[in-house]
Amino acid sequence: MTDKSNILVLVEMDQDRVSDLSLEMLGCARQLADKNNKCDVIAVVFGHEFGTLGEDLISYGANKVTLFQDKLCLPYQADTWLPDITAVAKESKASLILMGHNSTGGDLAPRVAFQLKCGVATSCEKITIEGAKTFLTRTCYGGKAREVLSFDNEVAIATIRPKSQTPIPRDIERHGDIKTKPLSVEENDIRVNVVERKRVESGGPKLENASIIVAGGGGLGGPEGFEIAADLAGVLGGAVGASRVACDQGWCPPGYQIGLSGKTVAPELYIAIGISGASHHMAGCANAKNIVAINNDADAPMFNFSKYGAIGDYEELLPALTKQIAKLKGQ
Amino acid sequence: MHIVVLIKQIFDPDVATTVFRIDEEARAIVPLPGVSPVISPFDEQAVEAAMRIKDAYGQKLESEKNDVKVTIVTMATETARVAIKGELAKGADEGLLLVDPLFENADAVLTANILAAAIRKLGDVDLIIAGRQAADKDLGVVGLGVAQLLDIPAITYACDIEIDNKTVFVERVLEDGTEKVQTQLPALVTISHELGKPRYAGLRETMRAARKPINAWNVSDLGIDTDIKYGRQHIEKLFIPDNKVNCELIHGDTPDDVAFQLATRLKEADLI
Repeated sequence: MTDKSNILVLVEMDQDRVSDLSLEMLGCARQLADKNNKCDVIAVVFGHEFGTLGEDLISYGANKVTLFQDKLCLPYQADTWLPDITAVAKESKASLILMGHNSTGGDLAPRVAFQLKCGVATSCEKITIEGAKTFLTRTCYGGKAREVLSFDNEVAIATIRPKSQTPIPRDIERHGDIKTKPLSVEENDIRVNVVERKRVESGGPKLENASIIVAGGGGLGGPEGFEIAADLAGVLGGAVGASRVACDQGWCPPGYQIGLSGKTVAPELYIAIGISGASHHMAGCANAKNIVAINNDADAPMFNFSKYGAIGDYEELLPALTKQIAKLKGQ
Repeated sequence: MHIVVLIKQIFDPDVATTVFRIDEEARAIVPLPGVSPVISPFDEQAVEAAMRIKDAYGQKLESEKNDVKVTIVTMATETARVAIKGELAKGADEGLLLVDPLFENADAVLTANILAAAIRKLGDVDLIIAGRQAADKDLGVVGLGVAQLLDIPAITYACDIEIDNKTVFVERVLEDGTEKVQTQLPALVTISHELGKPRYAGLRETMRAARKPINAWNVSDLGIDTDIKYGRQHIEKLFIPDNKVNCELIHGDTPDDVAFQLATRLKEADLI
């Protein structure tokens, strides 16, 4: 990297706090910056009420913060954010731009790349910088493979998979510059309008943050299987997830989906029931610390990724497991 | 109303992990004998979305279906004609194959430029529909790139799409639910798998498809320079990750026995 190249992180909020993925990206950016001539880590946020957000972002690794303040900023629309994120990337001489690999980053990053005429790699798990070149490791072929990309230009944009990076510990001694700026677009410039938002609330802990997840797949055979899985999640204090097969069948809400085109999770314990372990599913749960597979197919690839496995019918095993765990936990 | 659907023929993504091989030297996947390329599933759903719009127009009067023209566009080699035909058999009206030696191994930036040039040349396009990503590289860049190059609004991750006059209404899939958005045509929409299953080709449509035109344009037809200088991608490495672990299989005489042993292991490992 040349001495003028900096790292820009697009920070997103989760209700009124910085999203976990944004903290992970700041951690990644700070570590890269410390290795590369102490270049700047610039956090950019779009919102309307910030409180002490600027200081928070500095404590988590940014040394410059730009806050775009306008009630138009939320909910996200590409037309609202694109001109300013593009402008701030140019002004700040960013050579690497990090966004979340989610419905915001995935929607925005390619557009920014075509505005800046630079390269973009989505679904990145690892970033290294060697000299003037940035190497981006990303998932491809439905999670079966990984590729390492580099680009001709000096600027690269990456969308970062959740749970692939580690936040740095909060340090309130850090210092940095905080700027608040007005949004440059006006209401008439926004071509796409949000008519309605439907949030699907699920009981229990949030899937992305749950330390225990019970996930069901095609092997559950129907929505009833998810009720049995939910009983187990209940005694464990965990969340229920699913493979794409189960979601596409309508056995559970789409928000349950874990995998390449769903959520990425990294719980301490992941109990996979009737999930074959296809690559596109593993792309969403391979970072789980301990996987337990329950499947009636002894050849299911899921066993290859699991610490413990049990071969058998979930309809028999699961209620028994729920009972045993409840007993062990004294419930 | 003219709808263009962008499709891509890819290596079958449903090929089992156990037979999936990579040539690390060539940084490419090893083709498997007997495994034919398929249309990227997200793109099949993009065609389905277009056909649902066509159906909705024809609900009152069958003749109104003809007011919606659906053109299938792909940048590929001659072998992709069969892919286009398959989609024409689902009710699309025309095919357009963008084929030239200069297009081979095009990366996302070049592909987007080629597709955008073709859409400009078509001229009268109201709506462009694409899959959220091609299910081989899973990049999700080309569709949005086309919209940026054409300077039209783009909406991603659609699970439902409707058109009323010159307005497109889209339901987008988000992490915690969905949102309904709307914009004016011309626009580009990318489709997510939540849209639902694509239809099968009917016998009647398959026979009709044989007479539907498939045009082919090359680099001089499009009048573009393929030597694009920005955002060019280099594949430095391609590999299969190894995340296999040793699995301890829990055996027992009864489900209760297996459950007891498993629960005990989890407790010992301090996982519950």
